[in-house]
Amino acid sequence: MTRYLVNRVLGMLLVLFLVALFTYMVFFLLSPDPAVQICGKTCTPERIDQIRANLGLDDPFPVQFLHFLEGLFLGRDYGTGASAVHCSAPCLGYSFQSAQVVTDMIVQRLPVTAVVAIGAAVLWLLAGVIGGLLSAVREGRFTDRFITALTLGGMSVPNYVLALALQYVFVVQLQWLPFPQAVPFADDPGQWFLNFILPWTVLAIGYASSYTRLTRANVIDTLSENFVRTARAKGLRPHLVWRRHALRPALTPIVTIAGMDFAGLLGGALITETVFGINGVGKLAADSITKNDQPVIMAVTLLAAFFVVVGNMVVDLLYSAIDPRVRAGATT
Amino acid sequence: MSLLRVNDLTVKFGDVTVVDGLGFELPKGGSLGIVGESGSGKSMTSLAVMGLLPKGALCTGEISFDGIDLNTLSERRMREIRGDRIAMIFQDPLSSLNPYYTVGTQIAEAYRSHRSGVSRRAARQVAIEAMERVHIKEAGRRVDDYPHQFSGGMRQRVMIAMALSTEPELIIADEPTTALDVTVQAQILDLLAEVRRDTGAALIMITHDLAVVSEVADTVVVMRYGDVVETGSTEQIFSDPRHPYTQALLDAVPRIDDEIGDLRTLGGGS
Repeated sequence: MTRYLVNRVLGMLLVLFLVALFTYMVFFLLSPDPAVQICGKTCTPERIDQIRANLGLDDPFPVQFLHFLEGLFLGRDYGTGASAVHCSAPCLGYSFQSAQVVTDMIVQRLPVTAVVAIGAAVLWLLAGVIGGLLSAVREGRFTDRFITALTLGGMSVPNYVLALALQYVFVVQLQWLPFPQAVPFADDPGQWFLNFILPWTVLAIGYASSYTRLTRANVIDTLSENFVRTARAKGLRPHLVWRRHALRPALTPIVTIAGMDFAGLLGGALITETVFGINGVGKLAADSITKNDQPVIMAVTLLAAFFVVVGNMVVDLLYSAIDPRVRAGATT
Repeated sequence: MSLLRVNDLTVKFGDVTVVDGLGFELPKGGSLGIVGESGSGKSMTSLAVMGLLPKGALCTGEISFDGIDLNTLSERRMREIRGDRIAMIFQDPLSSLNPYYTVGTQIAEAYRSHRSGVSRRAARQVAIEAMERVHIKEAGRRVDDYPHQFSGGMRQRVMIAMALSTEPELIIADEPTTALDVTVQAQILDLLAEVRRDTGAALIMITHDLAVVSEVADTVVVMRYGDVVETGSTEQIFSDPRHPYTQALLDAVPRIDDEIGDLRTLGGGS
């Protein structure tokens, strides 16, 4: 088990290293000179040279990349002598746009992204599992067809269309929801919660649709298992047969995918956050891409990769908690 | 009065008739063997008695259990009988047990669903006792093990423990030894005989294996293509088979004193 964990962690680090290398390379090779970008309108060639020196942009690529890694793990100094600025680990550099510390920018935005991801995950798991189970036990009947049609719709409508449509209906027309405005949770929890209802729903609908399909297929599969026949032969009530004997085994693959999807969302829900003006990691990513803010792009990419890789590992470990057969295999 | 009387039982899937006008009687505490090749309709017969026929099956005829016609009984009333008064043991004990729950949970589940107001603790105790009755050693510890931690024979013992936990009047065993090693088969048959002796339960043994029938059944029904070919006491069927098919079935069993040669097969399409 320990060996397995060590291998997994090493593999994780390798993946993250490659993601970092690749991202860095793309923006190093393809970006316009960041020094010009930082320098702004009142720029002189001397000033540009100075910026390049401070940021180490004159160094060859491998050296720059090593400095980046050094900053990540140990912290680094920009510039030399009295004008040197220390950026402590984990240092992801300074935004070319706002000169803010990138780590701080991320840390500020992560909580709201987490709130979006958690709320949406709760919704889509509930809807997906219940919908899928219902659909499976009513296979071929009206309920099943109705749910299947809904999921088809849910999967085909793009997020941004759904977001705008729901906003129009519930905020503008029906006025059931207040116009979204940023309020801290502590100031007005009610308003804070109402603000998130639409983003959660919009994000959840797409996922819920595919989870419903997946749960349905898995439960139908399990319903034909011999142990389900045994459960019926015992005289168990149908809801017990479905819940205990058909749903439980069908959930294992769903937990896997849920873990990955959730981890992916922690890296930011780009479209949803942008459409609803939520200042999370996703919106930060979108903004940084449009402004070609290289350190921020690096940071959000690495962050997303980090969550996916860690999520993957957590899911693998969860497996042993869910499936007793895996649990036994791990101890022998 | 007989415990189970099946009369003119017919099971159809669309135009295909898998059981055609079957009839037999089983007295209280008696034992009946239903023998036939695969596809003869013997398993469908047992599922019809349990009310567990797959979707799309049309079942007509009378299945009278202790004076109740199971074929016309509502699903709710049937559920009360199923697993309580009639229990079933299936062929492959590994796939018939849910891998996600301990054997204790699965045995207790059968008991609790038929006895209202039984605590988890009490049901667990029932499970342990049932496991002891089927001679699973250290039942108190093994009750918390999962099916994959048992051997094939032990799993079938778990299935039997599950069946007898509710003290059923009728146990239907559908090929209970087919998936097991030969040595284990004999143990399971002995166990079934012992259970019958102790509880007085009647037994329907469904099998393709004539040796199994000769050991456990008082009466034998030979089936082929959904039809009853021959019915009689086990003794009569084995010593004096009337129907050529029964004769052929008996001849197909290899004997230790046979000359070495090709195994005899049964004629007809399969």
